[in-house]
Amino acid sequence: MNIALENISKRFGEVQANEGISLAVPAGTIHGILGENGAGKSTLMKILSGFIRADSGRTFLDGAPAQIRGPADAIRLGIGMLHQDPLDFPPMTAVDNFLAGRTGAWRLSRPDARRELEERQADFDFRVDPGARVENLTVGERQQLEMVRLLSLGARALILDEPTTGISALQKDRLFAALRKLAADGKSIILISHKLRDVEMLCDEVTVLRRARVAGRAQAPYDLNELVRLMFGRVVTREPRLEVPTGGPLLTLDGLAVEDHRLRLAGLNLEIRAGEVIGLAGLEGSGQELFLRACGGLLRPAAGRLRLAGRDLAGEPYPVFRDAGIAYVPAARLEEGLVAGLTPAEHFAIVEPGGGLVIDWKLTMEQAERRIAEYDIRGAATGPVDSLSGGNQQRALLSLLPPGLCLVLLEHPTRGLDVESASAIWRKLLDRCADGAALVFTSSDLEEILQYSDRVLVFFGGQVAGPVPASAMTVERLGEMMGGQP
Amino acid sequence: MKEGRPGWEAAVRIGLAAGLAVVFVSGLLALLGVSPARAFMEMASGSVGSAGKLADVLVAWVPLLLVASGLLVTFAAGLWNIGIEGQVMMGAVFTTWMLRLLQDAALPPALVLALAIGAGMLGGALWAVFAGLLKTHGGVNEIFGGLGLNFVASGLALWLIFGPWKRPGVGSMSGTEPFPEALWLPQIGALRLSGWALALGVLGIVLVGALLRGTYFGLKVKAVGRNARAAFLLGIPTTRYMLSGFALCGALAGAAGALQVTAVYHRLIPAISSGYGFLGLLVAMLSGYRALAVPFVAFFFAALNIGSIQLPIVFRLDSSLSGVLQGMLVLCVLVVHGARRRFRREAAP
Repeated sequence: MNIALENISKRFGEVQANEGISLAVPAGTIHGILGENGAGKSTLMKILSGFIRADSGRTFLDGAPAQIRGPADAIRLGIGMLHQDPLDFPPMTAVDNFLAGRTGAWRLSRPDARRELEERQADFDFRVDPGARVENLTVGERQQLEMVRLLSLGARALILDEPTTGISALQKDRLFAALRKLAADGKSIILISHKLRDVEMLCDEVTVLRRARVAGRAQAPYDLNELVRLMFGRVVTREPRLEVPTGGPLLTLDGLAVEDHRLRLAGLNLEIRAGEVIGLAGLEGSGQELFLRACGGLLRPAAGRLRLAGRDLAGEPYPVFRDAGIAYVPAARLEEGLVAGLTPAEHFAIVEPGGGLVIDWKLTMEQAERRIAEYDIRGAATGPVDSLSGGNQQRALLSLLPPGLCLVLLEHPTRGLDVESASAIWRKLLDRCADGAALVFTSSDLEEILQYSDRVLVFFGGQVAGPVPASAMTVERLGEMMGGQP
Repeated sequence: MKEGRPGWEAAVRIGLAAGLAVVFVSGLLALLGVSPARAFMEMASGSVGSAGKLADVLVAWVPLLLVASGLLVTFAAGLWNIGIEGQVMMGAVFTTWMLRLLQDAALPPALVLALAIGAGMLGGALWAVFAGLLKTHGGVNEIFGGLGLNFVASGLALWLIFGPWKRPGVGSMSGTEPFPEALWLPQIGALRLSGWALALGVLGIVLVGALLRGTYFGLKVKAVGRNARAAFLLGIPTTRYMLSGFALCGALAGAAGALQVTAVYHRLIPAISSGYGFLGLLVAMLSGYRALAVPFVAFFFAALNIGSIQLPIVFRLDSSLSGVLQGMLVLCVLVVHGARRRFRREAAP
């Protein structure tokens, strides 16, 4: 199927997710959509597959304008999407999942469905047991099941959102072989990825998105440096990093292993020194969040030790980490960091230690005003915290950190902030370093990582490279390492 | 739970919802061949038409007030304490138990009554904490845990009434043997209303209002209810605050049950909770989870309950019509609220 998107725009509240994006995917080709997290890839593909409706723009399928009002419309027109987190029914069997979404007949025939499922699997060398419950399948098998299900519903175009995250190398080979076969049959394949390697191996053409727009296009064979440049933007010269002398060891990771349902990091050894800044680079979902959460006591390590001043904290609950002077600042400000509906003053009252039974509002307001001035939060102390702008929410979040911390862990501390707000946040953070605290942060802004870090850890699919001194790195090199280039 | 916004907008919304509910119930009455205007008049005169009727309304107002105050705490903590009905029941059971223990002891009646009400509050609190522990440690949603515990509590009360605590001779649905009059909470003149019960009800809502408005405890409970994850990261022990919320709500519900025994029925009966637990949920919701509105809404609901007693007498209608009106009212308020939110969302870009 020939797919063409024309001038697609979509806005979510304050955030412009897609702006004037056009794209053409001829039948029988594999098209890559590259871009950093938040670039607008998933939004664009959810528009094509009917999950989201565009604010403006047009879609053409085989040259004819198409109105896609929902996923049901999309699949009727022959477009199927495999989501990053499989949208299937875990407590049901594979064959029941295969049948889900069929329209028409009242009566189900499981033996027929089972036969069809096995035939279709045989085409691609997939081996999902039709009787197995989906919750017991691997991510890769679930993906295979979803793929044959969409094909059985008549999909002539498949969209795959980050399909190689969390699957084994063997499954990846099978997947790629299947996609090539489908393309050879005249189907169109769209692959959303931020892994340069995958795109290089598979795609005939690539569209790179950056900040909601098309940053550029390229055709195979690719110049990877050019793709990195398109993904991350023009390389800006860095200001010299503020020098803070680093002190003795603070937190020592000793053979640490962390895992969640799709990723395992193992054998991590690292010594974090007082006063230093460690940047965690990596594409979203490569393991840096797991690492950070383990250091903050929010994720129990599967193995290894986490020693703070000689004391092993691995396995201790979060309050012990907090009391030991480790703070965790989440990226999702309103989901995890702040309590929507409460005011900044109420937040300060919550974190202020001591206090009797009754809140002394006069004292609390004085303290609130002081913190608001100190952190330059623009907004009233008595308005709901969720009505503050993103930058001010971030400043409010930092202003809630107690004094005298030894380790501050930050997820995307300046995500979505303008340059001025970001540097204000960093000034506050570096003040903490001058007081002897260490900072560990994740960011998808490579400039930020190189500008503020002393050392950098690079995460790729559960592998950790480094630590590398930031002074020895370039944005290009970092981008390559994040894409899995050794 | 989002707090309702005070002001004329909320008033307009409530008025609209009340209008809708009245229209629906009027239609129902018309279908039954009863003039809606006459029925509403009868209900009004049957509830606030005389001092005696008003006292009866206040008798129903007190437990509603206590239960709804308790629910303000659990709602603030983001919890649906459906087990409130069982907590009222356990309050009554514990109170009866304490009265039975002490009724023959040579203690001043005031002390016995105080101990009995205290026992009732403890019983309600324990039952609530049980539902809370099931949630925090057993992974059982508090709605299902509470629902199950309601059945257990009512089963326990029935067993006690027909078993160990049965009247001399034979157990009956009319309950246990009444307590001697010395162990009744003193009543105001010839009215069925007890001044002590009234004071306890008012104290409950005032305390809860103050707690949620001006204390660190209340603030932290609210933080847990609005965003447990963020509250945890900010260093609030969320489990402890949830359990405290349950305990406080259970204690207030237990007090309601204790008053049903000491001030109203003077014995344990199978329907001792009179459905005030569930009705309290409606009161709390209709009040927009605001302490200031609770006394008024609770009074209105109590008046509906008492006023509808006229319906079978005058029209041979079932008095459950008041329940229909109450339920419709809450549904209409929720629908108007939902419609407004939906309208707003669609109006936004």
